[in-house]
Amino acid sequence: MKKDNMIIRDLIQETYSAVTANKARSSLTILGIVIGISSVISMISIGQGAQASIESNIQSIGSNLIMVMPGFQRGVSQVSSGRGSAATLTLEDSKAIEERITSVSNVAPEVSRRYQITSKNSNTNTLVSGTVPAFTAARNVEVESGSFVTGEHLKSLAKVAVIGPTTATDLFGENSDPVGASIRINKIDFKVIGVTKSKGGSGFSNQDDIIYVPISTAQRYLSGDTSVSLISIQAEDAGLMTDVQEQVTSLLLERHKIKDATQADFSVMNQSDIVATASSVTSTFTLLLGAIAGISLIVGGIGIMNMMLTTVTERTREIGLRKAIGAKEADISNQFLAEATTLTLVGGVMGVILGWVVSKAITSLAQINTSISLKSVLIAFGVSAAIGIVFGYYPARRAARLNPIESLRYE
Amino acid sequence: MIKCDNITKTYLTGGHETHVLKGVSLAIDKGEFVAIIGPSGSGKSTLMHILGALDSATSGKYFFEGEDVSELSEDALANIRRHRIGFVFQSFNLLPRASVLRNVMLPLVYAETPVSEREDMVKKALISAGLPEELWGNNSNQLSGGQMQRVAIARALVNSPSLILADEPTGNLDTETGKVVLNTFRSLNENEGHTIILITHEQEVAMYANRVIQIRDGYIIKDEKR
Repeated sequence: MKKDNMIIRDLIQETYSAVTANKARSSLTILGIVIGISSVISMISIGQGAQASIESNIQSIGSNLIMVMPGFQRGVSQVSSGRGSAATLTLEDSKAIEERITSVSNVAPEVSRRYQITSKNSNTNTLVSGTVPAFTAARNVEVESGSFVTGEHLKSLAKVAVIGPTTATDLFGENSDPVGASIRINKIDFKVIGVTKSKGGSGFSNQDDIIYVPISTAQRYLSGDTSVSLISIQAEDAGLMTDVQEQVTSLLLERHKIKDATQADFSVMNQSDIVATASSVTSTFTLLLGAIAGISLIVGGIGIMNMMLTTVTERTREIGLRKAIGAKEADISNQFLAEATTLTLVGGVMGVILGWVVSKAITSLAQINTSISLKSVLIAFGVSAAIGIVFGYYPARRAARLNPIESLRYE
Repeated sequence: MIKCDNITKTYLTGGHETHVLKGVSLAIDKGEFVAIIGPSGSGKSTLMHILGALDSATSGKYFFEGEDVSELSEDALANIRRHRIGFVFQSFNLLPRASVLRNVMLPLVYAETPVSEREDMVKKALISAGLPEELWGNNSNQLSGGQMQRVAIARALVNSPSLILADEPTGNLDTETGKVVLNTFRSLNENEGHTIILITHEQEVAMYANRVIQIRDGYIIKDEKR
């Protein structure tokens, strides 16, 4: 079988001997690509790590959650008191959701506000959330020691509190067991009956710095009215969330006697919407990091081009000879393209390895989550091969177009 | 085998036309050993480039083995060179870091000769060119000038081309080594029947050929068989 160009085996051999002919120069050029690829890999791993940890943070507040928050009340005047501040949601709304909406596994109303808390020898200011037993299931709260709020507590308006691990430390110090101790919330005595397990939450809502009390107690002794500040609804299945969200919206519109959905005095948020919003932020962040690192990759590519141009000039006579003995333009340009691509691919492999090492180092030294996906590795290879072709193309064309007679005379 | 019909070559340099060949006609038969001799600037190198399918004439016809090559594309010319012409240059033009064997094999790479046949062809060519076997594994830059030119001759022979073109093959060699190389050409012509065209400016070198074509100022001024 005769083709028009060199046999692949010959091309590989020619490329090998050309690349190894000047080892120092080839290595430095490869180094440029290694730095480029590894910084892209490690930067993207930081971005993806951030994305993963934000997503897992959002997932830690519960799964398949739909949250209903009070909206702002429209009175006669145009003054709005701000979303979430109105007292438009009640325990009855929560009960109606529980009774009338199918495919809901848990409904947990909540009334929360910050109060000053004092213990025997310490005091702090934290969020006090009045809630129901279903809250543990809906919001993935587990109790480390003692127990959570029960139905009995609700009925008897018991002054009991379950505190988060951070609050426990703030009030009672490290490694203490506050179960049985007494704290004062808004100058009312509560008995601590449990401590929740740490959720490792961070950011603007620390789920470990919180105090849970029965919702009836909170309404009677703390807030003084019957409104609730949040209803957490857990759908039975992730696929049913949109459906549940729609059902909840129409039920509450009906209960609140509102005809126009845009005038709703509450808002319904879907957990997957929150995840999507957060993801779009972090993927922009990832893209930005990747783009910055990409600049070094371009610089590496220019290094390839520089080396290839030098090589073409140095090997002018050799190119002339090859053409004289029958090499076609395509043979010559393939040979130089193969050289450039070999350099970038070797750089790509080493860059992926270095990038992996760097991101592991970032994780262990700077405590920043990183995550390397197969996708970013594959993209790195694709990009490094493309760089070889793009930056190798011009030198290769230049070599291929050399006139054999003039090249043979070149000094 | 080779027929040139009123070939001219004109270069345009800086808006100024230089007529290097002004109508050259010649015919060379298979098995001839021809020397083209002329002073520098006579047009002998240009003629050699056209004969070697490295360049095309401005006007006139050039037939190589009966095929009109005056109008062929670059790639078509490359095809003729890779299969049917072997070159020997004044400055050898070997790949410096490659072994003798790889240098001689190079034309086979472009001719896409099957790998299994290459070694025999290379060895045969090296034997014909008279390079001692113990040097075959050496890198070409470890050889003397005469040895390098023998490698270059072997490279020209390896494809069994119809024509061997030697451009001042002794120009970089001392007289003694030059004689050895020229005798190699003569024996290739006499014993193996190769057609050889030798370009030179030295009368003594031309004496090794059976036919001497003298060229001056773009014209053939003398063509004699001996």
